[in-house]
Parts: sequence; C-alpha cells; structure tokens
Amino acid sequence: MKHMTRKATRHVNQNEGLIFEKSSPGKAAWKLPPLDVPEVNTSKLLGSSERKDLGNMPEVSEIEIIRHFTRMSTWNYAIDLGMYPLGSCTMKYNPRVNEAVARVEGIANGHPYQPEKISQGALQILKTLSECLIEITGMDAITLQPAAGAHGEMTGLLMVRAYHESKGNARKKILIPDSAHGTNPATAAMVNYAVENLKSDSRGMVDITALAAQMNEDVAALMLTNPNTLGVFEQQIHKIADILHAKGGLLYMDGANMNALVGKVRPGDFGVDVMHLNLHKTFSTPHGGGGPGSGPVAIKKTLEPFLPTPIVVSKPDGTLGFEYNRPQSVGRVRAFYGNFGMFVRALAYIQANGPDGLRQTTEDAVLNANYIRKGLEGTYDLPYSTPSMHEVVFSDKLQAKKGVRTMDIAKRLIDYGFHPYTTAFPLIVPGALMIEPTESESKEEMDLFIEAMKSIAEEVEEDPQTVLDAPHSTRVSRLDETAAARKPVLRWKPGS
Amino acid sequence: MLKAIGLRSVDELFAPIPAEYRLSRDLKVPRQMAESEIVDYFRQRSRENGEGYTSFLGAGAYSHYRPVIIDSLISRGEFLTAYTPYQAEISQGTLQSIFEFQSMICELTGMEVANASMYDGSTAAAEAVMMAVRLTGRRSVVVARSLHPEYREVLATYATHQGMPLTVAGFGEDGRLDLEELEKSITAETGALLIQSPNFFGTIEDVAAIAEIAHKHGAMLVVSIAEAVSLGIVEPPREADVIAMEAQSFGVPMGFGGPYCGVIATREKFVRQMPGRLVGQTTDKHGKRGFVLTLATREQHIRREKATSNICTNQALIALMVNIFMTVYGKVGLKELAKHNLAKTAYAAGQFAKHGKVLFGGAPRFNEFALETSEDPYAINSRLLGHKMVGGLPLKKFYPELGNASLWCCTELTTRTAIDTAAGLIAESESSARSTKEEVEEVAR
Repeated sequence: MKHMTRKATRHVNQNEGLIFEKSSPGKAAWKLPPLDVPEVNTSKLLGSSERKDLGNMPEVSEIEIIRHFTRMSTWNYAIDLGMYPLGSCTMKYNPRVNEAVARVEGIANGHPYQPEKISQGALQILKTLSECLIEITGMDAITLQPAAGAHGEMTGLLMVRAYHESKGNARKKILIPDSAHGTNPATAAMVNYAVENLKSDSRGMVDITALAAQMNEDVAALMLTNPNTLGVFEQQIHKIADILHAKGGLLYMDGANMNALVGKVRPGDFGVDVMHLNLHKTFSTPHGGGGPGSGPVAIKKTLEPFLPTPIVVSKPDGTLGFEYNRPQSVGRVRAFYGNFGMFVRALAYIQANGPDGLRQTTEDAVLNANYIRKGLEGTYDLPYSTPSMHEVVFSDKLQAKKGVRTMDIAKRLIDYGFHPYTTAFPLIVPGALMIEPTESESKEEMDLFIEAMKSIAEEVEEDPQTVLDAPHSTRVSRLDETAAARKPVLRWKPGS
Repeated sequence: MLKAIGLRSVDELFAPIPAEYRLSRDLKVPRQMAESEIVDYFRQRSRENGEGYTSFLGAGAYSHYRPVIIDSLISRGEFLTAYTPYQAEISQGTLQSIFEFQSMICELTGMEVANASMYDGSTAAAEAVMMAVRLTGRRSVVVARSLHPEYREVLATYATHQGMPLTVAGFGEDGRLDLEELEKSITAETGALLIQSPNFFGTIEDVAAIAEIAHKHGAMLVVSIAEAVSLGIVEPPREADVIAMEAQSFGVPMGFGGPYCGVIATREKFVRQMPGRLVGQTTDKHGKRGFVLTLATREQHIRREKATSNICTNQALIALMVNIFMTVYGKVGLKELAKHNLAKTAYAAGQFAKHGKVLFGGAPRFNEFALETSEDPYAINSRLLGHKMVGGLPLKKFYPELGNASLWCCTELTTRTAIDTAAGLIAESESSARSTKEEVEEVAR
C-alpha cells in the first residue's frame, strides 16, 4: 500500500454485546450495609404505589461492568488519543488537575441549599470565576447559570428582550448571518423572536451595506459569532456595533470562537453588549461525549438589572451570599446555580495559565490554524482567502471533481488515525472542511495531519473508491442512518 | 512554524484585528499557579464548604452512595475527552452506552422512549411542557404548587415568551395535589399539566387519578421525578404522557447544584416532538449492529428556527455516570437501595414526630417529609450546625403558608446515630422553646 499512515495501526478491539445480553439472575455488583433501623413493611407504607418489579434491568457482576465499559471505551476516539480538529468545537486538552480539584470532598459534595455560612468556598469560586470571565471578555457583569452554550444564548436573548421591553418595545426580530450555528436561530425562536438572515460578503464577513439596509427599529439584536464560523475576524466589528446601536439594537456575540481572542482582544472593547462563553470549549472543561457544558453570559451594565436570579453578592459582614430580590430579572433558567463542577474546572484552567498563559494559548491556537492552512493550501480549495484566526475552512471543490465529498475525506481521515474535522459547515461554503487544531497540538502532530490530508488528496486522484468506501479500519463502517431514522429502534427489548 | 507560514512574528497573525481594540496589557486574572498551588487553593475552598458535615437536605439534590467504579470508568479519556458522537464509526462506545441509558430509563419509567439527556430536571420539565403544548396545540399550562419551586420558576421563564399562560394548582391536607382545585384549573385550553411525584414534600401523588382528570379534558400529563432512587420501590407514573426526570440521585455528586442529568421519556408516538439527542440502533454496510444519533430532523443543526428545542450540548458524561450506577444496582439492587431509603425515612419521621408534627401523614411518602416545629427552623438548624449537622430545608422561603415547617431527607447514607442526634437537638429546641414560652407567659402573669 502506497499510502501508509504513520499515526495509526490496527490493534485488538474486543467485541462486546449490550449489557442486557450479559445479565442473568443472581449476579450483583452492589452491597448495602446492614440496616441500622427497623425494617419496614413496604406494602403497608406505600399501598398501591408500591412497585413490584423492575422489568428488564440488568444483573451483572463488577468485573463484567468494568470490562463492558472499558471495551466500549476503546471504540471511541478522544483528544487523549490525538488531534481532534473539529472546527468551532475547540477540542483542546482537558487538564487532569481540573478533574482532581472538582472531586475534593467539600466541592464535589456540597449541597446547593446548605447554609451560606458553610458555603463560602463555593461562593468564592463563583465570585472569582465571574471576575476572571468579566475581565477576559471586557464586559461588566455575568451569570454563570446557563448549562451550555445554547442555554446561554437563550439567557442572553431573554435579557435582550427584557431590555427592550423596559424601553417600551420588545421589538420583533433577530438578525443572524447565514454562516451562524443552528443554535442561534433555534434560540431566537424559543424567545419568540423572528429570524432574519443576513448575507455574508465576498470575504466571508458581515455585509455592511446589507446590514445597514436591514437594520431598523424592529430588530432587537444581531447575533454574531466573532471570529465567525469561517475563522475570520469581523474587521468592521465596530461599524457593525454602531449600525445596531444607532437604531437602538444590541450586539450579541456568540462566544463559540473565543479561543481566538482571550488575552488579545476583548469583546466588551469592540462594542458587544451581551455574549455567552462555552467553558467546555475555551476553558478546557471536558466534552464528555456531548456534555456537560456551561454557558455563562457576560453583559454590559445596561443589561445588569435583567440577570437571572440569584446573583452572588458581598454582604456587609464581609461574607458572600446569594441575592434573590431582583424585580427586573428575567427569572431563573435552571434550578440551583448552574453547572458548578464546570466552574471549578474553568477556574483551575485560568489559574494554571495566568495572564501570560492565556495570551499564549490564543497565540498558539491561531498559529496552529495558520500552519495547517499553509500546509494544505493548494491541496484543498480555500474558498475565502481572508486571513484565518483559530480555524480554517477549506472546501471539497477539487476533490468533488472525482466524486469525493467532504464527508468521504473525513471518513478516510479516520483510517489515518485522526478524528475528522467539522464537515459541511458553515452552510455558506458548499462541501466545507472546517479545521480547528487548538493550541494543544504540537508541530509533530500537525505535520502528521497535513501528511494524512495530502495523502488522501492523492488517493482521491489515483483511487477514489478507497476514499469513498472509508473507513476501512473501524469496527463498523458507514452505518445506515436512513434506516435508523425510518424505523427507529431507540431501546433494547427482550428478544430483540 | 512562523517561517513556514511566511511571517516574522506572532503579532502579524493578529493583524486582522483593528489595532485600537487589541489589548496591550496583561489580563487582570490571578497569576499563573503551579499544580500544587491549584490543588491547595481548592482544598482550602473545600474546607470552607461544608466538608465533613452530616446533612438532612434533599429538595432536588440527594446524597446517595456513589460506587467507586463510576469515577474509574468515566475518567477513561476515551469517554471523558470525546466529542458528541456525530462520527459514528469512532464513537460506538459513547453511542452504545447512551442506547443502554435510554433503554434502562424506559425500563424504570415505564415509558417507550427516552432521550440521551437534558441539562437537568428543571429544564427537562420546562421542555417537556413545551413538547406537550406543541402536541396538543393548546397553550395553557397547569402546574402543581407541590412541584419543586425552582422548577416552577424555570418553567415560568421558559413560558413567558411562548404565550403559555400558567395556572398553579395547590395541594391539600395530605400534601398531594388538590384534585378539586385541579378540576377547576383545567380548561379546554389546557395543553399540559405538570406535577412532580414524589412531589417536593416527598409525598407520592395519585398519578392515576390525576391522569384521568387531565386526559378527560384533553390535556397531556407531564410528571417530573426529582428523586430517581424512588423508582426502585415506587410505581412509576405509567399513566403520564411525558416524564421529565432528574437522575442526579443515580451516582452523580451533589456538586453544589450541578452538573446533573435531566432526561425526557415518553410514548413512541410522541417521539418526533421530543427535544434532545436520540441514539438508535442500525446496521453498517457489512450488516453488523451499530448505533447512530438519529431523528436529527428534530434538532437545531438541521431545522434551525423550526427545531423542537435549541439544545445542542447535553449532559453526556453525567448520563454515563447514571448509566453505570443503574448497571451496578440493577434489577435487585435498586429495589433494596430504595427500601433502605424508605426505612431510614420512616424511622426518622417516627423519631422526629415525638418533638414536632410530621405533616401530610395521609399519603405515602418516599425519603422526605415535612416537619412542623414550634420553634423557628432556622434556630433549630443553627443548633444542629454547631454539631456539624445540616438540618432540613426551612419551607417558609418557598411556602410561607407552611410557617415553621422544614423539609427533611434521609437516604441509605443517613445513620441511625445521626437521626437520633438530630431528634435530640430538635427536642432540645422544643423544650427551650417551651420554656421560653412559659417564661413569656409567666412575665405576662
């Protein structure tokens, strides 16, 4: 085989059924201590509410459980195994000290309703992280309550709505560029705003003329990702803010791409009124196979009265506490105070970096993206030549001539030992390959990636079928998604 | 690398950012710290955060034993540091485990389908209600006053701009939903009725009777379950149309309120209006069984503003904790575990009843109960704090009408000694309150 992958090789990969298929009566992995209070008659206590049977819940031993999940884990790709260049997802290293400190007893086991007197540690963490994030974004205030980015978007737009309502007119719509994440329009709908699309110009940036034409007193806000999903910094950002502000609108920034900015430039300094952060992207908390995330929302002073309740305040006696009495608040967006465990991890990340480290992180992230761009330019089509920040977007235009599309190249990349980049997004680039290496990657790992991508491009020319049939090295290949959706099997059943 | 790119300095990379916005100073954040200092910092915060206290708090966050293998397994980098399983070929571990999670949630709730997770119990409840509103085409919502008050607040936030008027239905003498009041609250415009069982007071609702009323009026019944361990011994609300659960009790640390694990379960026929990710079974090109994210046409990345929800990132790793917990306890263990909770709580209620009034005795309860005392519960709790104990949650914050009542919770981890000590301290307060009262009366005489 001419095209050898230097990064990956085949290894033993164990088969493993569903846990239900391993179950048999009498096996157990649990043991309760002897009951130190009298036993109770459950039928008498619960009457008709008593449950008699737990159906097909499994019965298995501890070693079986360990092997079950360990075997399944080996079927996953992960940052710990190598570069994970998903654009807009910021798959950076998840430091293990974060995990260690999140498990310290008083932090892991604190009850959300324990008296404030014995919650000073948690309150201090909330306060310190809030101050750090306010400084990093250049904003004036923050809520940590939202559980993820999309939840943060909703919280931000609720505040936008409350702000406009306080001025006597909630307004009708949100402007969203055609390059935006799907969560932006979905969020606008949840807050009952209509969505109006905004076209990008030939450089992949907001079309200022179009914006000026579409902006009027019906527009509550523009939701803008900056750098945008092409990895391009909106150079006219202040003009954008001015156009919005002149007609009383607000500038919402989706902070998904904040990893390109931390320590180098602050959204609060370039006219942003409200923005959310993703602690699971920029601030290194683990993605965990899809979550948990955390989506703090930072705002300018004018929006402060509308923050969700409660907020952390310093009390006259010098201790910290929660303030609930905020009549103009948009209300609660989640029970308790948010994904606290993620705050602990994010703060540990900020401490491990300090001001110099945070700046260097951003510089390395941008340097890495540009290194990959340079390495693959010419091999893959670059639809926008505008300078890249932390991610670069190519298209499959050259490979499409041979019938190979971005998803095929992505699947082939798996055989080379990498997780694919983001495919087919942003929507304004047909056949997009969106690559974000983050600061975590060394030159060596990126050279392997560039080599793999070039090798695939050669394969497309010489033997496109190999690419079209990829991946070849995985347990399963090209799963039938159409069948999965047409006749959904969403749970195991006995005999299935 | 700079040379390869053709640049002289890193600063040139940032040239696209207009110079006037570039930060020319250091960020004012804590200085860089060594790993040992970071660990010290959080150990110190831990000591200031109730470390070593015995707690009787529940109210939506429960202290259950977490088998050690949960953290061993979820700490594997292949689970911890993987992204959402969009690339099925290299995500089968996450996908199969979610499929098992969905299957077990169905077994436990008596529902036909369950999603991959929601943020938490409160947002799951709000989204479940919005789902019911879409399905019925009716916008009014009736919500039980015995639903977790913070869940109610979250629903109010979500409902505000959806044009969903909320009506609150109160509870009766037995702490359960007042069925007469419910009859009056439900109208032909009611799309959803949201209740919790066991409810906020730990009392088990008569779900069958409630469902009958809801269905008679053409409304959907959404049942929130905040204490998942109850499912081991309490009949699940099978008559519900949608169940919105908080699964924190299943192996998730209380963590000062999060991250937790919400989940929505429902009937198969409603699945296309369900929010959140779903994993389905399918086959690959060689006919081998495998799993994929499916029915994505409900979701924001496909449907944008027409999606069932804006949810994207969920609580996958926490769902994995829950999954492992359910696997460890399984069919027999979950029942035994739930029985221990029941026994400890029955014992505590018996002991506390000697020194106060246990409310809502007329209905079955799981592992929480409301205790009314003559003394202010804050005063009682401050005495308990002196013994490194956290007493029940004073209810007047959420339910002024309940006066001096507070909400106590016992789990399998609550020892008889702790219960006896707490009972003694309540008794002490009782007698001191009595003597204070006597003194007052004496002075009056």
